[in-house]
Amino acid sequence: MTTPTATASRPLLEVRDLHVTYRQGGQAVPAVRGVDFTLAPGDTLGVAGESGCGKSTMALSLLRLHGDAAKVTGEVLFDGENLLTTSWSKLRAVRWAGASVVFQGAMSALNPVRTVLDQIVEPMVLHDRVGPKEAERRATELLDSVGIPARRIRSYPHEFSGGQRQRVMIAMALACRPDLIIADEPTTALDVMVQAQILELLGELVRESRIAVIMITHDLSLLAHTCDRLAVMYAGRIVELGPSRQVLKDPQHPYTRSLSQAFPTIGDPASRRAPAGLPGDPPRPGENDQGCAFAPRCPEAEESCRSGELLLWPTGPGRSAACRHVPPQHGGTS
Amino acid sequence: MTPIPDRSGAEARADVPAQVPAPEQTPALEARDLSVVYPGSRGRGPARAVDGVNLRIGKGEIVALIGESGCGKSTLARALVGLVRPTGGQVLSQGRPLDYSAKALKQYRRHTQLVLQDPGGALNPKQNVYDAVALGPRLHRLTEGLPERVHGALARAGLRPPEAFVGRYPHELSGGQQQRAVIAGVLALDPMVMVADEPVASLDASVRGEILKLILHLRDELGLSALVVSHDLGLAWNIADRVAVMYLGRVVEQGTVEEVLLHPKHPYTQALLSVIPNGAEDWRPTLLTGEPPDPTAIPAGCRFHPRCGRWAAASEADRAAAACDRRELPVLTPDGARAACHLLEPNTLLPETV
Repeated sequence: MTTPTATASRPLLEVRDLHVTYRQGGQAVPAVRGVDFTLAPGDTLGVAGESGCGKSTMALSLLRLHGDAAKVTGEVLFDGENLLTTSWSKLRAVRWAGASVVFQGAMSALNPVRTVLDQIVEPMVLHDRVGPKEAERRATELLDSVGIPARRIRSYPHEFSGGQRQRVMIAMALACRPDLIIADEPTTALDVMVQAQILELLGELVRESRIAVIMITHDLSLLAHTCDRLAVMYAGRIVELGPSRQVLKDPQHPYTRSLSQAFPTIGDPASRRAPAGLPGDPPRPGENDQGCAFAPRCPEAEESCRSGELLLWPTGPGRSAACRHVPPQHGGTS
Repeated sequence: MTPIPDRSGAEARADVPAQVPAPEQTPALEARDLSVVYPGSRGRGPARAVDGVNLRIGKGEIVALIGESGCGKSTLARALVGLVRPTGGQVLSQGRPLDYSAKALKQYRRHTQLVLQDPGGALNPKQNVYDAVALGPRLHRLTEGLPERVHGALARAGLRPPEAFVGRYPHELSGGQQQRAVIAGVLALDPMVMVADEPVASLDASVRGEILKLILHLRDELGLSALVVSHDLGLAWNIADRVAVMYLGRVVEQGTVEEVLLHPKHPYTQALLSVIPNGAEDWRPTLLTGEPPDPTAIPAGCRFHPRCGRWAAASEADRAAAACDRRELPVLTPDGARAACHLLEPNTLLPETV
């Protein structure tokens, strides 16, 4: 255990120049192309972007969950330890106990032939080395805290509704009291009401225990309410980063702007009978190596946007953006 | 007491002139007292998926049907296009009751088309775009001038130039392009009504707007009527003229988009609206508790009362007067009341909340 002062001086997670490249049919497909960010204990970071922007790939590569399918370079310092180069045994110790993942489809992430109790007890017994009795007591408590009553804990995943399964996933992620939870689209397949319930629950549990969270979704407005900071990804890179509310209210990157307009505010006359969309399609990984990747769809693009390399630069206190039209400003951090 | 969302601020900003096209006398598509009951299975009782619905889609009108999974909205959509045979009530197309003979149904489906949520699943992976779009016309023996028909439909669906797309296979298209190809297949039959079940739920945020624009454009250009089924109230705000909110097989609130979304009357509609993040500092969603609704066990009285914040917060006197847990509610009709709720009636002591 680290002392509070040590915690304050050292980030929980430091990601530096992360690249993830898939090999596909003899070709190298870059999915993540240089991502940097840091997370202090208890920090919540939302990662938004469209499918194919690399957000899930980025998050899952932090724990080397892609195996040999992808080449991951850069540094992922978790409590000072580089997870990309550390031994498998150390990495295994970090998974679950240090950092756990809530996957998108609870039905496919849970084992269909084992009861939810068994599935929650397993990591506790393996990682925390607690006896089966103690593990069962803790699992029951955890499931209760996510709203699954004790009488249901010996049920199988298919006996639960989608929302309940996602709650089970959250309980599992909390099983070994991790310092970081990576939630990959935890509510995407769920109804709005269930989605609100799950996010409220996750927020509560995380606040209580000061767990850091990386939450990935395509719904920007949702992230603004659940996360302190927001990173918007496009074509494998972070194009805007800053405090959630500021990013949502006053987006600096044109892509963030169009993404935030895609979810209308009910009552806003500007969006009545006027859905906001963005012509064109998200680039496929490997396309558009030159200049700003968003330029082909950007309403503000100029000739100069189509060449050279574009980096995320400071644009205000705690904010940064990767757009030529946003003037650099000192005092920003990434 | 459950806070009832105050949307007066929103209302003040939204003095949009209602440009609802005046629906002609005969609605394009209508459900009258429609019910669909699925027989019980595995020891459960029959599922009353659609349990008495009146719904009207005027000519050139876009109606959004909103509800959570399991509320019966998809079953209703399928019943409206003749894919599910109602166990009670009627579907009327251009004022005439639907004829369920095979021949009549085929003719009917030419004019009333269904668009599904997942375009990847709706398209045959071994069929190129041309054949996918030509499938409907071929079935209906509209083979004369077929290439022009297919190209025209692709262009109207926004796949331009059509020549660039006809030879492609679904996997060579993005999600948005796939949904456009599906819509082109619908347009190739010159339909009068399109029923779209969650047409943008599986699409990316930026593409979502483009597909919604397309639906709006098709209405404006071709006078197409549309029923759009969704769980997304923002979608209704973006494109619809009227909204019907469905809960456990019934429409619980209906009206113009402005009425329902800015002045919701039913506590269920209010809760649905409250969980949409609005960017406000003090955003507090009204979370409904309890199990998701189960159409095999519809509660007595008002079917929403076990989850209703207004009922939970009502005084003893109001509860006794309203009797939401016992007293059945009348089925809403298009010309009747806006919302089905006992606690709205003037004889209750609760003030009307909106």
